[in-house]
Amino acid sequence: MVEDISNTELQELIYIIQHQYGYDFNDYAKASLKRRFVRFMSHAGVTTLVEFKVRLQTDPAFFRKMVEYITVNVTEMFRDPGFYKLLREEILPRLATYPIIKIWHAGCATGEEVYSMAILLQEAGLLERSRLYATDMNAANLEKANAGIVPMKWMKDYTHNYIQSGGRHDFSDYYTARYNSAIIHPSLRKNIIFFQHNLVTDQVFNEFQLICCRNVFIYFNRALQEKVVSLFYDSLATRGYLALGMKETLLFSKEKKKFEVVNGPYKIFRRKL
Amino acid sequence: MGKLIRAFPPEMKTPVILVLHRLKNVHSELNKLMSADRQIIEPEDKEQVKPGCIYLAPQNYHLLVEPDGTFSLDYSELVHYSRPAIDETFFSVAAAYGRRALGILLSGANSDGAAGLLRIVKNGGTGIAQDPEEAEFEIMPLAAIELSHKIDVMRTDDIATFIRSKYTNK
Repeated sequence: MVEDISNTELQELIYIIQHQYGYDFNDYAKASLKRRFVRFMSHAGVTTLVEFKVRLQTDPAFFRKMVEYITVNVTEMFRDPGFYKLLREEILPRLATYPIIKIWHAGCATGEEVYSMAILLQEAGLLERSRLYATDMNAANLEKANAGIVPMKWMKDYTHNYIQSGGRHDFSDYYTARYNSAIIHPSLRKNIIFFQHNLVTDQVFNEFQLICCRNVFIYFNRALQEKVVSLFYDSLATRGYLALGMKETLLFSKEKKKFEVVNGPYKIFRRKL
Repeated sequence: MGKLIRAFPPEMKTPVILVLHRLKNVHSELNKLMSADRQIIEPEDKEQVKPGCIYLAPQNYHLLVEPDGTFSLDYSELVHYSRPAIDETFFSVAAAYGRRALGILLSGANSDGAAGLLRIVKNGGTGIAQDPEEAEFEIMPLAAIELSHKIDVMRTDDIATFIRSKYTNK
């Protein structure tokens, strides 16, 4: 079993992946990328680094599985209920002034946050005129997200989060329980578009009033964070909002002057002119 | 843990990272143990690890140290049923600091931290496990001790003395 890989070995892996498949992991945070590789090797039963490299180079299906595994896809509905409360009470009423509300969930994983947003918009009477663009670099994630199926075992936690976020409806109205799965109500899905987009290599594709990118930056180094912040800036309407994860910050970014802080602890920012 | 935190020499420069399997209000509880000029910080992502600071792994993230001396947070699956996991922090500290790393594993109810402590020792650092006889839950320190005889076993008072002697003016 491979317990650890050195920085040099990590660089070699990044190089192989980049040259063979065009995925660029150079500016990912090294410590967490390293642990993802190590965990994948153990998950896939790869016992030596040499074997890992050979399989990466010779087996595209193995490579795809690797990418799916290492691009973190852990997410929750209504994670950080206080954040959703803020959206509900302060941000959505402002977005309501636009004829069409365009929201981008960048790095949406399996879609739990997009569906949370759709529920908020529904309750605010705004879903009909909202367009939710949910992107991820991981195609397997998007497939799951598009199916709108959430494991039933988490629904108790999600219901709790929903109530904490100020939700006043019966949460079970939003899904149908079937065996071990909760199927999100199709009416919530109709204004969501899921598609593949890689924040590292892809460009601006639309203009938004709100971009949510929560717990994605933590996997990037500062240089890449910087680059993506500037992509977000260019993708935001004037006075458009940017929401990051609770422990993520624009503080270290040269771009921070182009944003004002709407809420410090919940990391909501707004594009200046 | 409170006993150890109070043992840190006030002029100690070496940064400290605390990882706890914990309940929500532990941050404020821990801060009550601190003097007014020394607070426990929950670091933000990519924040520089600074001398003289005491950090606490934020709830619901693994806390890692990058080779360039910044923090990285990681929100992937639980490890040993926990996020933050002690192992993950120890692994990254072992890689970033090598022989300068000191890992201390205290009382706990599962084997999280044992493999990480071993990694610190393997990379030339120092590993200490709390004497299981003294620990409220012996499983955690015991798991580490069983992995390697190079892990020192000490009672809390001795760990405190060790820290005071090793880190006075450092």
